[in-house]
Amino acid sequence: MAKQSRRSEFLSEVGNISAFTGKFFREGFKPRYEWSELFRQCYIIGYESFPLVGITAFIMGLVLTVQSRPTLEEFGAASYLPAMVAVSIVREIGPVITALICAGKIGSSIGAELGSMRVTEQIDAMEVSGTNPFKYLVVTRVIACTLMLPILAVLADGIGLYASYIGVNLKGIVSLNLYKTQVFESITFSDVMPALVKTYFFGFAIGIIGSYKGYFSNKGTEGVGIAANSAVVVSSLMIFVIDLIAVQIADLLGLT
Amino acid sequence: MSNEENIVVSTQHLVKSFGENHVLKGFNLELNRGENLVVLGKSGSGKSVLIKCMVGLLYPDSGSVSVFGKEIPSLTQLQLDELRTKIGFLFQSSALYDSMTVRENLEFPLRRHWKHKTKDEINELVMEALRNVGLERAVDLMPSELSGGMRKRIGLARTLILKPEIMLYDEPTTGLDPITGREISNLIVAIQEKYQTSSIIITHDMECAKIVANRIMILIDGLKYTVGTYDELKKSNDPNIKPFFA
Repeated sequence: MAKQSRRSEFLSEVGNISAFTGKFFREGFKPRYEWSELFRQCYIIGYESFPLVGITAFIMGLVLTVQSRPTLEEFGAASYLPAMVAVSIVREIGPVITALICAGKIGSSIGAELGSMRVTEQIDAMEVSGTNPFKYLVVTRVIACTLMLPILAVLADGIGLYASYIGVNLKGIVSLNLYKTQVFESITFSDVMPALVKTYFFGFAIGIIGSYKGYFSNKGTEGVGIAANSAVVVSSLMIFVIDLIAVQIADLLGLT
Repeated sequence: MSNEENIVVSTQHLVKSFGENHVLKGFNLELNRGENLVVLGKSGSGKSVLIKCMVGLLYPDSGSVSVFGKEIPSLTQLQLDELRTKIGFLFQSSALYDSMTVRENLEFPLRRHWKHKTKDEINELVMEALRNVGLERAVDLMPSELSGGMRKRIGLARTLILKPEIMLYDEPTTGLDPITGREISNLIVAIQEKYQTSSIIITHDMECAKIVANRIMILIDGLKYTVGTYDELKKSNDPNIKPFFA
């Protein structure tokens, strides 16, 4: 019985998120456009997340390079280190790590902010003042997430590759020019394009799930915590699901 | 002015339930132009639900709710948003936008509805609204820096800034000390006199009801139990009315 109730709860949640997404597409592209709020959200989501994303990307690039070296050396393939790390960062680690960091930072922040606005009646106040809170609060955040994630991912790729260059030089000497040549010779269109496209979907998922959890928050302050927490959990899970689907689609299109 | 033109808000047989909880069971109300109508009732009796139905935050299960003769549930979103600019709603929690300063809170409705206003005109309207509630000095503070009474006043200033014809107050004095509560009640009367607003005040604070009410309506079990002036109801020996005035 409890299992059945959990299943119906899950299905109802999926249905509600789908309806919320449908509302985004129905209302998101109709005037009035909330440009100033959109730019403000782009600044908050993009600019203010950059330091955290940058530090994480740097560490991941360095660690990946240092840890891959012994294995490659064992097979006498140490010279492939820049190429291998570059492909790993561009195809998978850059986009996924950026998305996970953003799910934690942005997803929780959107969930908590909208949740707090809901329980303190600020969303109702906005509605009775003749402003559409869905367009002002949800549409702007979702679009900002969708636009900023790819930019953050590209920056994370660049920082990760630079950290990898430092990692390569910790136990060897490779000039920056040689490193760049090796990296760009190894990366192709089919590495960059699917990775870039999926970051748009990662950003959309983070924005829509964070907004959904916050917008329908209840149970007072406890509900705000639940909204922030479940925004992170669900959007992190969705990132892996989207990644899985993206790999399958890229494979079908011969982009692997 | 005919009697019908004089009525600005009307509900007829209003029914609203939340699952098995039947809150309003056929509630009838009429608000006359320029009057302050207090709706009294116990906590959880559906008073807030009633005024939320009047601004389209909640929709009734059945019955009619009309404002300026327009049936709220039948309006499109655009028509509803337009009508809402004529209705001010003061929330119990004041509902100030906590990521904005007091000035930005007050500018928010102005910038969205009165786009033709210049920066100076908007600034003047903001200061006028703050003068009305005696809080000009708070213009650059954040909501978190305000006391409960100040938050109520700023909430009121934000609500009044679009010069609404109807004001809906949801428990305006709840959570305030008696002195501040009395100040807010006097402010409600001052607003009625200055702007000729028609107001519905939801409360269970009898001190507030005494100061602001032209008429008092008592809501019991989801229905209009009785209506009258403060003095008429105070004299009543009805066992359902007496506890309110005890």
